[in-house]
Amino acid sequence: MAQVPEAPLTTPLDGRHRALGARMVEFGGWLMPLQYSGILEEHRAVRSRAGLFDLSHMGELFVEGPGAGEALAYALTTNPVGLAVGRAHYSMICLPDGGILDDLIVYRLEAERFMVVANAGNSGAVSDALSERIEGWPCVLDDCSRVTGLVAIQGPLSVSILTPHTDVALGDLRYYSIAAGSVADVPALVARTGYTGEDGFEVFVDAGRSGEVWDALMKAGVGRGLIPVGLGARDTLRLEAGMPLYGNELDRDTTPFEAGLSRVVKLDKPGDFVGRAALEKAAAAGPRKQLVGLELRGRGIARHGYDVFDGEGRIGVVTSGTLSPTLGQAIAMAYVPPARSAAATILAIGVRDQRIPAEVVPLPFYRRPAGAG
Amino acid sequence: MVPQDLRYTKDHEWVRVEGDVATVGITDYAAQQLGDVVFVELPEAGRKVTQFSAVGVVESVKAVSDMFAPIGGEVIGTNPELIAHPELLNSDPFGAGWMLRIRISDAGQVAALLAPSAYEKLTAEG
Repeated sequence: MAQVPEAPLTTPLDGRHRALGARMVEFGGWLMPLQYSGILEEHRAVRSRAGLFDLSHMGELFVEGPGAGEALAYALTTNPVGLAVGRAHYSMICLPDGGILDDLIVYRLEAERFMVVANAGNSGAVSDALSERIEGWPCVLDDCSRVTGLVAIQGPLSVSILTPHTDVALGDLRYYSIAAGSVADVPALVARTGYTGEDGFEVFVDAGRSGEVWDALMKAGVGRGLIPVGLGARDTLRLEAGMPLYGNELDRDTTPFEAGLSRVVKLDKPGDFVGRAALEKAAAAGPRKQLVGLELRGRGIARHGYDVFDGEGRIGVVTSGTLSPTLGQAIAMAYVPPARSAAATILAIGVRDQRIPAEVVPLPFYRRPAGAG
Repeated sequence: MVPQDLRYTKDHEWVRVEGDVATVGITDYAAQQLGDVVFVELPEAGRKVTQFSAVGVVESVKAVSDMFAPIGGEVIGTNPELIAHPELLNSDPFGAGWMLRIRISDAGQVAALLAPSAYEKLTAEG
């Protein structure tokens, strides 16, 4: 019999998305809301008020035991041994050749307990790789992806909407910190992390109770202009904030250095880690390509896969592109040769049969105003 | 119900025929499917277009879609408002969101277009 494709998974909030009129899309093996009221409106809501996201498709992998920190330091490019309890950092899991298997956030929940959050589409591969790599250290991996729900609130009003509904002292929760407590009386991990460039919180709960958290936050926020936000706006928000997307900017043929993420490769940490030899070599040799931000200086929108040109010819490729709702102009990320990656360099993007001028600009395209969380 | 004085294509364009001039746009169904329109690319005046060929592009936040000429002839004008206000395709697709005007070269081609009831049937079937 021919291979029957597996049906996508649904999150516990699926019924609610449909009741809200969401247009659903398949992503990473899950059926997720692409948009509810419209991508532009949802994007603007997050930048000016707040948005509520169902991120239950993400992977949550717990590593626990006296050797958990060291095991993760071997498995990943960062050094979770150095994370204080209650703190988190952005990390990567690389292949032995230095290519990126996934980008992750690692949270230290307790001295001997870490949570690694992986992208939905890579969750299985990351789980498999981690369980192989932690062998030899006293610790165990518990893949709780299928039983963990994740609801995120992002935007300048996040603190004031969430505060009355949680016993976590949000004022004490710094950016890239996590605390255990409850939200809407549901036991939860509350992390001050996100993928939008705004202040906000990611709330991890038992999958079966995500509905209670969603309902409570929707009710709390509706009078303040909180709206549900789908993956369409999640993508335009992260792109404006200069954040990479696995599958676009990051893949197995790319090193963290090329993606502008040298800071997550801690070559000075003690001991070996998977990919160390290849990454040391890559660091010495210099990147083969460089990720840049581009703003189009003519009429047109750059899209994933469009060619980048300079006076000589084709020099690179667009990894992500859109019309930036906040800036009102077309923005893109692309890989170009390092020699053409300096800010203010004028390149061109092939949009159908035209070459649209584009200027290299520093990332991010958008930074939230100082003092806004 | 779609405007009853227009004709339609299976690719969701509408046409108003007045003498030998056709005014063309996309339907509310198309605009709804696209989501927020952020960019419109239209052919220049003077361009000769053949019926059902791709003549323009409508871009939403997430996707790029071709737009097809419902009837053949010469492009005699395009809607200048769509440069600064592509969202007119969402807010008023049958009115202020009109896209181009074509001087019809073969009036017989109108017969290949769908009547409002036929178009409604098409979109009801999804």
